[in-house]
Amino acid sequence: MARQMDSGFLAWLRRDLLLAWRRRGEVASPVLFFIMVSTLIPLGLTPESTRLAEVAAGMVWVMALLATLLSVDGLFASDYQDGSLEQMLITPQLLPLPVLGKITAHWLTTGLPLTLVSPLLGLMLSLPAAGFIPLLWSLALGTACLSLIGAVGAALTVSLRKGGLLLTLLVMPLYMPVIIFGSASVSYAIDGINWLPPLAVLGALCAAAVALCPLAVAGALRATASN
Amino acid sequence: MNLFSDWTWFHRLGSPRWFYQNSGRWLPWLSVVTLVVLATGLVWGLAFAPADAKQGNSFRIIYIHVPASFLALAGYYIMAIAGAVGLIWKMKLSYMVMKSAAPIGAVLTFIALFTGAVWGKPTWGTYWVWDARITSMLILLFLYAGVMALQYAYHSVDAASKAGAILALVGTVNIPIIYKSVDWWYTLHQPATIKLTSAPSMHPDMFQPLLVMIAGFYLFYALVLILQTRNEILRRERNTSWVRELAAAKMTTNTIANEAKSE
Repeated sequence: MARQMDSGFLAWLRRDLLLAWRRRGEVASPVLFFIMVSTLIPLGLTPESTRLAEVAAGMVWVMALLATLLSVDGLFASDYQDGSLEQMLITPQLLPLPVLGKITAHWLTTGLPLTLVSPLLGLMLSLPAAGFIPLLWSLALGTACLSLIGAVGAALTVSLRKGGLLLTLLVMPLYMPVIIFGSASVSYAIDGINWLPPLAVLGALCAAAVALCPLAVAGALRATASN
Repeated sequence: MNLFSDWTWFHRLGSPRWFYQNSGRWLPWLSVVTLVVLATGLVWGLAFAPADAKQGNSFRIIYIHVPASFLALAGYYIMAIAGAVGLIWKMKLSYMVMKSAAPIGAVLTFIALFTGAVWGKPTWGTYWVWDARITSMLILLFLYAGVMALQYAYHSVDAASKAGAILALVGTVNIPIIYKSVDWWYTLHQPATIKLTSAPSMHPDMFQPLLVMIAGFYLFYALVLILQTRNEILRRERNTSWVRELAAAKMTTNTIANEAKSE
């Protein structure tokens, strides 16, 4: 039984990673979005590095949130269209495990690249040096949260033809705690305060999301995608 | 056997038809009581309660603002519980209650935000500040908007109900987290000039009408929820025989009345 449950998670993780590898261009687009939007900020705000430094932490976080939001829309869409989502729904395994596998693959293909690219953006927006390590850590944990919560919205809107905009409406209010603690840990570090407490809260949010979100996603898929 | 018969009230409560017929009998009483309590609270609060020492008469908006905020938050939980009951016991009626509760709660949240802004202008000199409570209320409005948007997006009533219920439950788990995190965020950035903490204690002469208004708003909420749910019942059950009979009976009484008038 344990082996079977395991294979549900790993099989879907491997499948989604393989699909992502074969569609490398699509995977790159959230990262490109992330970089392109960051060029808008100096254009719209100011090229002065002192003023950019003040908003850099929050801006990088807002952009990471938007990039995740744009990509999470496709989490179940192609599976719904080609029928493999229905296959997932009728497998004997516990549904939250394959779901968690898919979400993990999503994080590995969007959240992790966004995290790895973020120091570059920090540099471009003249983020103070003390903020880089907290930025990496908070984005690594935070984007995992964003993928998990976003998956609930994606599951709720998967069978709708124009679900993308609705998805952002549903998920955005749920993202607010993540961005509060994520950007706070970076600004704490810049101000020279111990930045681990907000990061710990972010970790707690992430742990709760790992436990609860796959259940909500499974319920949502059963409620909406089966008809 | 006894066990099952004890549960019949619960199953009867789940029947839209039973609810429609019985709520029709409760409505006149409920509306009279609501009207009396609301009128008492309003007249007492707006005319007889003493004016505030610092804010003068502008504080009286509290008699709308605070009850609306109370019900805005409680309404989300009522909506989520109705959704959960629908998911667990597969009750059609509770999905209808959930759908009806969403716009009422959203309007109350908007009233709370609006009266807060109107109150803010004379007290702090600005309509909007990014205060913890105001921000939380705004997020609550977004949560309501999400549930409503999801309800309208689905053509299938069944999928809309279940999806709305799941979203409402996810929101319920998140509301305490959002409130706490926004609170924490605010203490981090608190501007020194504006203090929103209310006076430590209200004078009983001001507080008693507020209690009456809160009770009145609860009654009003129940009244509007029942009316909305009755509409929703008629809309969803429009193809059942009892609704058709109801409509036919209404039509014949109307035609009789019209004929009487023309004679």
